[in-house]
Amino acid sequence: MTEPAAHAPAVRDPHEPGDIMDIQMGPSHPASHGTIKFNLKLDGETIVDVDVEIGYLHRGFEKMCEQFTWNHCFPYADRLNYASPLLNNVGFALAVEALAGIEVPERCQYIRVIVGELSRICDHLTCLGMGASEIGAISAGFYMIEARELLYDLVEAITGARLTVTYCRLGGVMKDLPEDIAERCRGIFQQTRRILADCERLLIRNRIFVDRMMGVGAMDRATAIDWGLTGPLLRATGEAYDVRRAHPYLVYDRFDFEVPTGTRGDNYDRFMVRLAEMHQSMRIVEQALAQLPPGPIRIEDPRYVLPPKDQVYGSIEGLMNHFKLVIEGQKVPAGEVYVATEGGNGELGFYLVSDGSGRPYRVRVRPPCFYGMAALGDMLRGAMVADIITTFGQINMIGGECDR
Amino acid sequence: MTPEALLERVAALLPAARALPLAEMRGQAVVTLPREGLAEALTALRDDPDTRFEQLTDVTAVDYLGRTPRFEVVYQLHSLAHRHRLRVKVAVDEADATVPSAAPVWRSALWAEREVFDLMGVRFAGHPDLRRILMYAGFEGHPLRKDYPLMRRQPLVPERDPIAQPWFPPAGGAR
Repeated sequence: MTEPAAHAPAVRDPHEPGDIMDIQMGPSHPASHGTIKFNLKLDGETIVDVDVEIGYLHRGFEKMCEQFTWNHCFPYADRLNYASPLLNNVGFALAVEALAGIEVPERCQYIRVIVGELSRICDHLTCLGMGASEIGAISAGFYMIEARELLYDLVEAITGARLTVTYCRLGGVMKDLPEDIAERCRGIFQQTRRILADCERLLIRNRIFVDRMMGVGAMDRATAIDWGLTGPLLRATGEAYDVRRAHPYLVYDRFDFEVPTGTRGDNYDRFMVRLAEMHQSMRIVEQALAQLPPGPIRIEDPRYVLPPKDQVYGSIEGLMNHFKLVIEGQKVPAGEVYVATEGGNGELGFYLVSDGSGRPYRVRVRPPCFYGMAALGDMLRGAMVADIITTFGQINMIGGECDR
Repeated sequence: MTPEALLERVAALLPAARALPLAEMRGQAVVTLPREGLAEALTALRDDPDTRFEQLTDVTAVDYLGRTPRFEVVYQLHSLAHRHRLRVKVAVDEADATVPSAAPVWRSALWAEREVFDLMGVRFAGHPDLRRILMYAGFEGHPLRKDYPLMRRQPLVPERDPIAQPWFPPAGGAR
């Protein structure tokens, strides 16, 4: 054959440093669920540096809450983590009640535990199902979405809505559980457990799945604590911190449940922790349904709770009370409070400041996945481009919560 | 540790700390600290074996418009070992709204302080990468301030070639 032309470029050594490529991945990338942008510096397929850009779903939640009454904020709280709206709802209600010094009736506390745990299962199913289908296990993804649909049916029977539930109120919940809830739960949990067992068999010893997940995105315990990680991300590193166990709220101290932990802090452990947590959540719901006491589902305090409709339409006092609560809002005493609950992704905190008027002075949400996203750069540095998808998927960033 | 015992321990550790009345704070431990020497005080809270706040849960700020000092920067600390929480509040005035950064103490402050700067306009001295996080680079004003009008329109930003003029820092600089 002919000699190579003299002007042909020399073959470059692929390991030679200094040839860094800038790639912008996102904000709308088909393989990442959520609007997020990665400004990547790549050496071949290795990530040298990554700058994670969030904020594409910023709606000004905290600013909006300052404009409305406390009860008006509940629908907004739904839309924080829209994979588990009931958990946000319960968290916000608990925070406002701590500020107002309200103790809700026992039955209401049980109901909140039940709906919260149902929501947590939905959250984990979304995270794991999407995470699995993003790396090719589409059938497992669809199985989990099927289980989520069953649970959404249950949520719909309880609250009347699948996603935008607005179930909690200041001082109680909107309405009581349906009468056949225990029966329906039993049937749906049976199906959910079967689906989860199927998914476990499909995934956890699957060669492709293990190769993509194990050892990827790992973070050790001390670093994870330093980054402020909570929830499944922190528990995967071996730190058994669960707000429900460490600082029990509602009636969580009456249930027998385990706090699953991992050892390596990688994506595989995060997956397994969430999988185990769903089983624990189902156990909690079953115990709560068995213990569910009779009684009222909201407090009776005209300062905070709307009067029954027959009083509103039948008496001037009831009408006036209703009018004042709707127009002026509940006068929550001045002060400030920080209340943390265990959200789907970790510690969901609300820091509320009231000036004694009917509107919040300041509402601050401590979004758990915001801190996960902050640590994402650290997890990805030195990994491959394809690892972004699995690591990002296991952080379970929910734009509504992260960007507010 | 109970909130009472924790407040006593913090008072012994940091003479500059002023505890706020527990009854008013709904039973939660809250102290105010001066801005001077804040990073050292937070380091002491993290490293003292009795307090051991390994985790900075959150950083936020509240705008008390009309009051001097106007802003309050709020740190939520949490100890995983002792299972207790502490809230640290630092007052800063509008004229010099700067607080020492907690990022050298806890890495979770890196993004949290960026958000406070973005939405509230409080600056953090010594933060390695203080730029907007939820808003875009050309945004004017700080939307969570009480005097930011709710319906304010923002000016259009000029079109920018993201390759020729990236606004994110070069490799190695972002952390």
